[in-house]
Amino acid sequence: MTGTAANDTRFAPGSTVRVSDRASLGHCRTPVYLRGRTGTIVSVAGRFRDPERLAYHKPGMPLQTLYRIRFSQRDLWPGYGGPADDEIEADIFEHWLEPDQERQRDQGA
Amino acid sequence: MSTHDHDHHHHHDHDHAPISDQDGPISRFELLETAIRELLIEKGLFTAADLHAQIDATESRNPALGADLVAKAWSDPGFKANLIDDPRATLGEMGIDVGAIAELQVVENTDDLHHVVVCTLCSCYPRMILGVPPAWYKSTAYRSRVVKDPRGVLQEFGLELPDRAKVRVLDSTADLRFLVIPRRPPGTDGLDESALAELVTRDSMIGTAEALGPQS
Repeated sequence: MTGTAANDTRFAPGSTVRVSDRASLGHCRTPVYLRGRTGTIVSVAGRFRDPERLAYHKPGMPLQTLYRIRFSQRDLWPGYGGPADDEIEADIFEHWLEPDQERQRDQGA
Repeated sequence: MSTHDHDHHHHHDHDHAPISDQDGPISRFELLETAIRELLIEKGLFTAADLHAQIDATESRNPALGADLVAKAWSDPGFKANLIDDPRATLGEMGIDVGAIAELQVVENTDDLHHVVVCTLCSCYPRMILGVPPAWYKSTAYRSRVVKDPRGVLQEFGLELPDRAKVRVLDSTADLRFLVIPRRPPGTDGLDESALAELVTRDSMIGTAEALGPQS
């Protein structure tokens, strides 16, 4: 990897995060079915060029931190028929993630 | 060409009927690709031979490489641990370049955990190890359904999961690509790596199938 990152790694493995549910214009690697959903950081995958800039012939800088995030299937799909511990993992860039304030409040109480 | 005047004649000796690999009218994007390709070749940025060599290189990658890696991982726990821990370095030591485009991740299916890979956004696939993806992998039906109903889709593939196996869908949304090490089939203790590699199918490395049994 070349260049500098946007900032230091903001989220640590094990912390819960919410995927922003904002809309996007043009190329974007955040699937709509995960927007607004809460998951757990599994690992920091590294820093990569920003696909939202790269797609439009920009260098894709600053680099964005990419995280592997695990979601519970039952949290994603109402009426999911499989066992409660089935899960799905996806890679989401840091600028699409926010701290999960609701869950933090619950745990802090 | 000694001089370039405006009395330009086409020197290439083909007609301009596009060669399409599918029936039906050519799409705007196919037309755009053809136009850009021909321009780049005419401008000398690359030759038609370069293009064919690249297509050959892309299509010559096939699941055999993945099958060899899985067979080696089954036979050698140390290799398996290294492959999962640092695929790039482990493959690099074997002279296999996974390329700079994306990072390869290796995951293992067990009696308790079954991984299945999809790219819901397009068709990201570990081409560096498995070659060109199967047509169904790129279909809207697979991409949209396997995230919502993985067990239903796996059943349609004919895969019966162990009762206690948790299903983990891996959506390759960004820069990671996934290679699944399937469960080693029972009754294969005496087999060497090349015999084991015969049992490792492409689909078993995507997670939509088990490896073949030794008698298959």
